[in-house]
Amino acid sequence: MSAPGITMDVRRVGDGVAVVDIKGEVTAACEPVLMSAYEAAGASTSRLVLNFAGLEYMNSGGIGMLVTLLVRANRQRQELAAYGLSDHYREIFELTRLDEAITIYDSEESALDGATR
Amino acid sequence: MTDLAGPEGAASAEQIGLSHREAAAPPPQATAPAGQAPRDASSWAAKVERLEVAQRDGVRGTNVAGRRLTGPVQGFGKMWQKTYRMEAGPGIEPAAAIALWRANFPDFWPRGNRFAGALTGINPGDVALLDLAVGGGVKLSTGVFVLYADTESFTLMTPQGHMFAGWITFSAERAGDGTVVQAQVLMRASDPLYEVGMMLGGHRKEDKFWVATLRALSQRLGVPEAPITAGTTCVDPKRQWRHAGSVWHNSMVRSVLQTIASPVTALVRAVRRGGNGAPAESAAPVQNEE
Repeated sequence: MSAPGITMDVRRVGDGVAVVDIKGEVTAACEPVLMSAYEAAGASTSRLVLNFAGLEYMNSGGIGMLVTLLVRANRQRQELAAYGLSDHYREIFELTRLDEAITIYDSEESALDGATR
Repeated sequence: MTDLAGPEGAASAEQIGLSHREAAAPPPQATAPAGQAPRDASSWAAKVERLEVAQRDGVRGTNVAGRRLTGPVQGFGKMWQKTYRMEAGPGIEPAAAIALWRANFPDFWPRGNRFAGALTGINPGDVALLDLAVGGGVKLSTGVFVLYADTESFTLMTPQGHMFAGWITFSAERAGDGTVVQAQVLMRASDPLYEVGMMLGGHRKEDKFWVATLRALSQRLGVPEAPITAGTTCVDPKRQWRHAGSVWHNSMVRSVLQTIASPVTALVRAVRRGGNGAPAESAAPVQNEE
């Protein structure tokens, strides 16, 4: 799934776990792409892991979009996790206190380990 | 307009997108090379654990120092998105509208309310103190934090005890031949008391507040007759009862108590001033009242 400035690829990595590889610019403009990726991950997904290693830019609209995704995931009783955040974007997650709802991991391995705890 | 959007009762991200400008924005031309700060770095506030503020003229400035920031995730009530849009016409450039708004933000607030921010305007990391008229002679004393600011938008975030937990984004964008200037709130009432208050007229009061703000801005922009619309969407109808304890920080309750106790505290200050000859007020940081 892609749009100008952003691509989001979905990988199934285990039973009920999907990883979304985010590359590019996260703003409200990429909402259709993110929601397509969310739907591609499937309703059977119990845990969605967002890979931000390719994140190049994010504004407050992007944060608002992640809140939207969180509401949808919570409604489906799905857990959201993230990894690959640079120090800068990790601080933004902490500043906005999104990290209290989206668990942040240092690597895909730890994020997937978290999924199996 | 109030509706519950989406087939699952949750609004789409497009509906709660912080601005159409962002939704329509072309991709940036360049990205930061590896090892360099990202392009958005200067637009975001630095991380803070708890707010620190200095006293400012004209506002009480209580209920802010030492408080944590709260977003929609930390709120109690239903999650709402409220959008207030002003069609400013073709003669207003978005960046010019935002520059004016950022530089003179307090000037556009409705009469009776005070916004005491930095003298330099709205910049990431600033903390502004608010005294809001809530009726009965009581001023609700709280504040806001500047979370994000660039040339075409800026976002404020609320501290514990504020009426709502969330963000307000002010933006301007080209839409067709004209410019649309917008204030958009993504919020939950902070605690059960505020949730009841919002249901009993709080939402209506807030709508009037932001429409009046946009009207004042339209007059300064030279388009006093610019059409203004307000829309509300319920993003999440569920209440987060695990955050009900936030009522401890309720700035309304504390402001009422502070108003009642003000004659006593003024007397105590006068006695202290008489006792040691020091001024009762200084520019020292406001002490946390926790």
